[in-house]
Amino acid sequence: MRVALFITCVNDTLFPGTGKAVVSLLERLGCTVDFPMEQSCCGQMHFNTGYRADAEPLARRFVSTFGGYEAVVVPSGSCAAMVREWYPSLGITPPGGVFELTEFIVDVLGVTDVGAYFPHTVTYHPTCHSLRSLKVGSRPLDLLSQVRGLTLVPLGGAEECCGFGGTFSLKNPAVSAAMCSDKVRSVLDTGAEVLCAADNSCLMHVGGALSRQRTGVRVMHLAEILAATEAERIDDHSTLVTPPTKEDS
Amino acid sequence: MKAFVGMPAFPEAAETAVADAQLRHNLRKATHTIRAKRAAVVEEQPDWAALRSAGAAIKDRTLRHLDVYLERLEAAVVAAGGTVHWAADAEEANRIVVGLVKATGETEVVKVKSMATQEIDLNSALESAGIRAYETDLAELIVQLGDDWPSHILVPAIHRNRSEIREIFLEHMAEWGRPAPAGLKDDPRALAEAARLHLRERFLSARVGISGANFAVADTGTLVVLESEGNGRMCLTLPETLISVVGIEKIVPSWQDLEVFLQLLPRSSTGERMNPYTSMWTGATEGQTFHLVLLDNGRTSVLADEAGRQALRCIRCSACLNVCPVYERAGGHAYGSVYPGPIGAILTPQLHGMTGPLEESLPYASTLCGACYEVCPVAIDIPEVLLDLRSKVVTHGHHGQRLAMGAARRVLDSPRWLSVAQRSAGRFRRWTPRRLPGPLSAWSDTRDVPRPPKESFRQWWANR
Repeated sequence: MRVALFITCVNDTLFPGTGKAVVSLLERLGCTVDFPMEQSCCGQMHFNTGYRADAEPLARRFVSTFGGYEAVVVPSGSCAAMVREWYPSLGITPPGGVFELTEFIVDVLGVTDVGAYFPHTVTYHPTCHSLRSLKVGSRPLDLLSQVRGLTLVPLGGAEECCGFGGTFSLKNPAVSAAMCSDKVRSVLDTGAEVLCAADNSCLMHVGGALSRQRTGVRVMHLAEILAATEAERIDDHSTLVTPPTKEDS
Repeated sequence: MKAFVGMPAFPEAAETAVADAQLRHNLRKATHTIRAKRAAVVEEQPDWAALRSAGAAIKDRTLRHLDVYLERLEAAVVAAGGTVHWAADAEEANRIVVGLVKATGETEVVKVKSMATQEIDLNSALESAGIRAYETDLAELIVQLGDDWPSHILVPAIHRNRSEIREIFLEHMAEWGRPAPAGLKDDPRALAEAARLHLRERFLSARVGISGANFAVADTGTLVVLESEGNGRMCLTLPETLISVVGIEKIVPSWQDLEVFLQLLPRSSTGERMNPYTSMWTGATEGQTFHLVLLDNGRTSVLADEAGRQALRCIRCSACLNVCPVYERAGGHAYGSVYPGPIGAILTPQLHGMTGPLEESLPYASTLCGACYEVCPVAIDIPEVLLDLRSKVVTHGHHGQRLAMGAARRVLDSPRWLSVAQRSAGRFRRWTPRRLPGPLSAWSDTRDVPRPPKESFRQWWANR
């Protein structure tokens, strides 16, 4: 099956490891992946901050870039929700086959065991837009529970927002940080080594605090766990600023 | 009661609240308790989704023909011996109520818990006219005795714990009537008993009662108040004169419509299958006088707004407050209005207009997590209204943000420029600052900054 990858501007710029993992995963599942170079951003940041006139050309770019594809895969719940749920309010009809990654794997490919191997203790944060806008339900957990070697531990208060909210984190830093602290505490209470989600912007936020507090818990996009096999180990995804390492010097 | 005037914008007020450890604990405990109760009683109701759609549809239909139903209500109330007054704004409503109380010659009134009278700050207007208003809802009493502000629609004193309430009772009850018993303990039974004795005197002596209403049935002119304590019923039945201040959106056409809301409201608000007291009255009982003051106060302008009008469906249950992660940390006072939480964030800017920094900051007091929409019993899409209001906020001013957003759009709308930006970020990644400058420092104060990768995804793909 031929699919187009909408990597999202955040993943493209800051978390290319997630994109590489999606490509490797989809190819392993028998897909041919296209990456149209004309893509950029879904327009969510502008739209959510109130700048609809700025969001509109970005939305139009998305539609003209991906309009011809039968399936577009998005490794971000909030960007997929932006396209499907909010483009109509800009007067733009979204293309038909836009899928969040777990929807695509479970619903379109009909797979929950992707042949992954990841011998670590993992907890999963559902992220608000995957949970409440897209209603992906148990799909991510169905996928994670089939990963060999992986111990999945439940996250307390999982459905509570992490406090990122895009520009909310800058406009209301005190509340954002307070929400983040509570999420960090829930993560630490699980004893997990890895906090996993299907949206890197939420992970950048919680991961930023996990790193600042030197908790030793790392964050990973779901795609990176699903891409990991016994043959192919995935490198640490973490790109957060931490004390300089040998690699940097 | 101090009025909410000159409040700072939400972020500053919230920052103070977030730093208050006692407040954080009180709010977390209370909101999580009500949240769990609501979830349990909604879960057990097999037709909840249908009830919710019906609630939204009834409200929408009523609002679409509000003129018709309001006149129907007026005719029915008058036919049942009541008097109907129309108030365009808070000032007019206060003038009407003050005039009605003065005409009775009384200088004291007892009050049923009511959001509409809080909204118009009726108590201050009465005080200026030499009339003392006594709040009789337990939580409103705590707020009034403490010279405090309500911080929750349903539980106005949610920000107080029982030891604080004990102190307020001991210190201030005597100023308002029967003092708290000496040696008052902070266990809930003792506190409730002290309030009961204090209020009982008031119920027996009051000759004027003031209320709001949860619903007004247009067909019969019946007003409905739902409550837990029975104190409201005392105020509604004992005094000779009853004055009810009711927002024009509280109308439901018929009793058949009311039935839907009598199921939706208790489960959503207190997390009960049924509330302990539902009082209904139609016009005036013999020997008593009834006045209905119908309040607009910005509602017709909300009704004129296509995206925002759904806020008028609100039945003031507070389910959205109880699930809101922002409300849980910031508390109700930060919202600078009697309507806090997610519903306040969309109602206050619409009722007041975008008149100041507070009103302009409220649409941004949300992460758009959607928990409020999920629990709303009348399906108000709060995130949708927040987004619409944000698009109105940015039409003027906010020059720095305007420039930044414009620049970001130009880069993002050009894959070539995006690529240039990514390459330079990659080149200088070693110098990624630990602390970011300007408004971005809000990020790096508590979180590490993501270090740009050596190559972006699109670079990797191009070289693949």
